Parts: sequence; C-alpha cells; structure tokens
Amino acid sequence: MLSIAVSIAFALVSGALLLSLWRLLRGPDKPDRILALDTLYINTIALLVLLGIHLSSSLYFEAALLIAMMGFVGTVALCKYLLRGDIIE
Amino acid sequence: MKLRLLPHPILTPVLALIWLLLVNSLSPGQILLGLILGWAIPVFTLRFWPERVRVHKPLTLMRFLAVVMYDILVANLAVAALILGGPKHVKPAFVRVPLALRTDLGISLLANTVSLTPGTVSAWLSPDRSHLVVHGLKVNDPDALIAEIKRRYEAPIKEVFEPC
Amino acid sequence: MLEMMLSVLIVVGALFTFIGSLGLARLDDFYTRLHGPTKATTLGVGALLIASVLYFSTRGEGLSLHEILVTLFLFITAPVSAHLLAKAALHLRVRSIAPPPPEAEEPLADTRVRTGD
Repeated sequence: MLSIAVSIAFALVSGALLLSLWRLLRGPDKPDRILALDTLYINTIALLVLLGIHLSSSLYFEAALLIAMMGFVGTVALCKYLLRGDIIE
Repeated sequence: MKLRLLPHPILTPVLALIWLLLVNSLSPGQILLGLILGWAIPVFTLRFWPERVRVHKPLTLMRFLAVVMYDILVANLAVAALILGGPKHVKPAFVRVPLALRTDLGISLLANTVSLTPGTVSAWLSPDRSHLVVHGLKVNDPDALIAEIKRRYEAPIKEVFEPC
Repeated sequence: MLEMMLSVLIVVGALFTFIGSLGLARLDDFYTRLHGPTKATTLGVGALLIASVLYFSTRGEGLSLHEILVTLFLFITAPVSAHLLAKAALHLRVRSIAPPPPEAEEPLADTRVRTGD
C-alpha cells in the first residue's frame, strides 16, 4: 500500500519538476524564470523527502534542509538584483 | 539590567526548541546547550533587534493562529480548484489595503499572512507605509476583500502586538 | 490504519505539489502564476513532511520531529519570496491581466533612487 502511494507520488512530483522546468526554459520574463527556479527547489525538497521514505533512511533530511535554506537565499538575491541592479550595496 | 541580560524572553525558548529539533534529541546535555544558545544568540545580536516584542493577548494570538491554519487549508483547496479550472476562471485584480498597523513587526506579519491565505499575495508596500497592495487571484468584489483582510487578520494582529 | 493515513498524506501532498507547478505552467500572466507555487506547493511539501514525521516516528526508534523544521522554514520563507518576486515584477513592469496600481510602478516609488539599469 505504502509503496504504491510512494510510486504515485514520485510520478506526480516528477511531473511537477518537468512543468517547472518548462516554465524556466520558456520564460517569458525574468521574474517568471526566478519563480520557476523557486518552485524547482521546493519540488526537489518534496522529491528528497519521498526518497527518504522510500529508502527508509533519514539521511536525506539534511540535504532537504540545506536546499530549503540555500534556495531561499538564492531567490532573495536574484530578486534583489532585479530590484536594485546590485546584490550587496 | 534585566533588559541587557535577557533582551528577548520569547526568543530564548524558541531558539532552544529549534536547536532540539535540529539535533533530533532530548538528552539533558542538548537541552542545556540549546538554552545556552537561546540565551547567547539574542544577547550577541541585540543590535539587530532593538525593539522588544510584547505579546499582549496570548489567547487572541492562539485564536488568530487557528484561523490562519484553517484559512491556509481552505485557501489551498480553492486555489487548486481555480488552477484546475484553467486560465478562464481566474479574475485577477490589484487592491489597495489601507493599513492601521504601524510597527515593522505588525506590517510584516500581516503581509506574510495575506500571502499564505486565500488567493492573495502581498505585492507592494507604499513607502509611507499607509497602504499594502495585494494581488488577488479571483476578485469579484474588491471592497469585500479589503474588509475581510482588515477584519480577519489585521484586527487580531493589532490587538496582540499594538494595543495602544 | 497508520499505513492508510501515510499513503493518503503522501498522495495528497504530491498532488498539491503537482497542482502548484501546473498553475505555474498553465496560467496566463506572471501575477496569477505566482499563486500556485507559493500556496499549493508549500502545503504539498508540508503534507509530505508530516508524512515523513509519522513514518520515522513509528518505526520504534523514538520520535523524529526534525522534519518540522523544514516545514516551518518553508512556511516562513514562501511569503517572503513571493512578496519580493511580486515587487520585482512591478518594478520591471511585467505584463499583467489586472491593471497594476500606478504608484507602485513609478521609478521613484522605492524609498531609494535606483541606479544603473
């Protein structure tokens, strides 16, 4: 039961990753691409959590936490760049 | 003196709790280390947090948190339905919400709450902090949306953090 | 019973994640696209993380609550990045279905004068 659910979830999250990737490649504006990147990293967190459940290993938690932090900092830095034309003033 | 030694009484237990979650353990040593970190971090970063946060009505805060949790769940179902319905069903609009809140904490709490709940994202704060521009995914009646935000979220935040 | 609950949580979480990205790919302008990822995806990942907490806590090795940290972190950061993205889009005058508020698009609307485009 659980393994079927995890398989379905893997398929759905992979679909989500592909849709975000499509938006990342297509644009059309810079904020769209940043939003797509933001979504991509959140989807990656979902994929890592699923992998942790699938392999019964809590090792993947640290990776998920690191991606959550670095992804947020990256999004903020990119937005800041768009707003000011500079990251560190 | 009390202010110097324990500048943020709420932050200390929160930091200790986050430390315990991070190490995923409840041993006495880790609790002690968490409390030390929870004391040291606010003291050494005091210059970044000059204001002292005061919670005036904990019960109202609890009720507000429950309302926000419920709204997040409902909001997600509503937004999911709109997305599945396709681009024809959305009716986006920008609305200007006049703010009664004055402090940084109050305004940022309101903006974050608005972003997390029913089909709205806070988009822009006017430089004089008198208005918050909110983008709604499906706005049939802008005035009703403004009234809803003010009544449901702004009023409790003001009551808890800015009672004057 | 527990397995049932876990399976439902996992599938619902993944479904919300998918719907969030579907919104990102499908809707018409930037501001409406912003809604999908900030809400649906955050809740979806939240549900998956709760499933993970349940799964690892019931394996007999004691409570495992550190996934709550990721959930908490996502719920704090998602609105912040959404707000910054919306602000950046207003600043760049990205095409919008809804008429944007005129004062937000003024070049001098920011408290500081911007330099170098």
